[in-house]
Amino acid sequence: MQLIWRKLLHLLVVLLAVSALTFVMTDRLPADIAAEISGRGATAADLAEVRERLGLNRPVLSRYASWLGGVCKGKLGNSLATELPVTESLRSHLPVTLELLLLSQFFALLLAFPAGIVTAWRAGSRLDRLTGTFAFACASLPNYALAMGLVLLFSLKLKLLPATGYTPLNISLAANLKGFLLPALAISLVEWVILMRVLRSDLIATLKEDYILLARCKGLPAWRILLVHALRPSLFTFITVLGMQAASLIGGAVIIESIFALPGIGRLLVNAIFAQDYPLIQGTVLLITLAYVLINFFVDICYGLLDPRVRRGVENG
Amino acid sequence: MADLNRKPGLTFYLACSWLTLVLLCSLCAGFLPFPFTLDQIDSDHLAALPGGAHLLGTDAMGRDILTRLFFGSRISLIVGSCAPLLGLVVGLLLGMPAAWFRGWSERLVLTVTDIILAFPALIFLLVFTSVLGPSLTTITLGLGLLLSPRFIRVVRANTARLREREFVLAARISGAQEVSILLKEVLPNIMGPLLAYTLVVTGYVIVVEGGLAFLGLSVPSPAPSWGGMIATGRDVLEEAPHVAIIPMATMFLTVLAVNLLGDRLGRRYDRS
Repeated sequence: MQLIWRKLLHLLVVLLAVSALTFVMTDRLPADIAAEISGRGATAADLAEVRERLGLNRPVLSRYASWLGGVCKGKLGNSLATELPVTESLRSHLPVTLELLLLSQFFALLLAFPAGIVTAWRAGSRLDRLTGTFAFACASLPNYALAMGLVLLFSLKLKLLPATGYTPLNISLAANLKGFLLPALAISLVEWVILMRVLRSDLIATLKEDYILLARCKGLPAWRILLVHALRPSLFTFITVLGMQAASLIGGAVIIESIFALPGIGRLLVNAIFAQDYPLIQGTVLLITLAYVLINFFVDICYGLLDPRVRRGVENG
Repeated sequence: MADLNRKPGLTFYLACSWLTLVLLCSLCAGFLPFPFTLDQIDSDHLAALPGGAHLLGTDAMGRDILTRLFFGSRISLIVGSCAPLLGLVVGLLLGMPAAWFRGWSERLVLTVTDIILAFPALIFLLVFTSVLGPSLTTITLGLGLLLSPRFIRVVRANTARLREREFVLAARISGAQEVSILLKEVLPNIMGPLLAYTLVVTGYVIVVEGGLAFLGLSVPSPAPSWGGMIATGRDVLEEAPHVAIIPMATMFLTVLAVNLLGDRLGRRYDRS
């Protein structure tokens, strides 16, 4: 229990530090939001008036303090550029990012799970080497290059799927999924490799254990040994990597989002940075960091679920 | 495993030759008599196919792809080698003492790495490049600093593993200073796995530099980088796919070669 409290405290420190750092760094951006809002022919007096209205002439620290005060009350402020509430922008962009994340991790699992299990069971076989080579090639491809290749093949040549664009779920499920298929594939075809590798090497280590030998001696079928006896203790690194990948995709899939014109969190952040729209930057960064620390926190808890020894360690700790 | 002691195979030599070729290209780019300069616009041949005067064709603005590929290799190689090296140095300087002396210094280093890892890299790079001005040095520095926390973690894990080993104890009993134990006993023993990790990161950095070009954050135009060339190829993907595919293939082969070497080195030092 004490360990969980300590982890939560650590989590809070990280969140505070990241948001403060973002505030200080955003302040150094060369873009001038006041000039952007007042338009081209604005005079110095106009600019000063806009700065006054938005509170831009206050020192960074005082702005950070009032922003933090707002966060405690659940308010993230309004975007300077659009004057819409930041929470509103986050709410409209988050589903896109989440859908991309879920679909791409689903595809990655679909590839990594069977490949990892089969290659661990038949380590050193021709199939293992073939899968390894294919995985190596995939891992050396940038996902943006892969994305462009997929667009070239499936959209421009075969005309099967749309090259860009996003259809909200409530308008058409089929069109929505079609729009997400290529970006999710581009991400997963790179990400499955590391998942497959850690699963394979952990499984190989587990398969050398005595209790697996016993299971083999008892004449249990291979699928039972693999799926029932060996898989669970081999999932630690796998889950860590899965969590790390998911965390980095929230806000980190900017390039894929912009190649496919998907209105996700990553693009929201980039646009906010280019405009120096600091309430929007702060809100987006808060969301991204929160997702990052929470996912890591849950991964830690998953360890306990996978292995009772870790759970007991927590109670004693 | 027999695999480990096996002599390097054909793929190993192919990877080495490719990297040597790329290195030579980047070194000789300034001396070779190219028929076109790297930002010379040939308006009669816009997005021309490979062949003829332009051996690998031209991009959408009529610039010679071969020339740009040669000069672009410099950016990829400089960023790809210097940024990981910077990360490695910072990692060694902070990670080794943290793992060795533990206590508050370790806790501090770990908290700071956690904060940097949670911090959106994009904001850091954008602010960094806009304050210092976008240039090769800025990008290399920025990426190197962003990589440091990962190196600190790897260095720390590898150092901690050696703390209780017999040869360390032997050195301590014979009266060696802690710093000299770190430099003479520990450092040589962690360099192998660290070099393997550095090579893997090199491939990653080459890819990331290309990604930055998509956001207009890499080296400013007209200086060519492979990533920038891929990004400009996006606009003419349908009419002239070769504009994107040629730099893509070059980047792919280079990253593949670096990964192959890193993998081979990594397996040599793998404990299992």
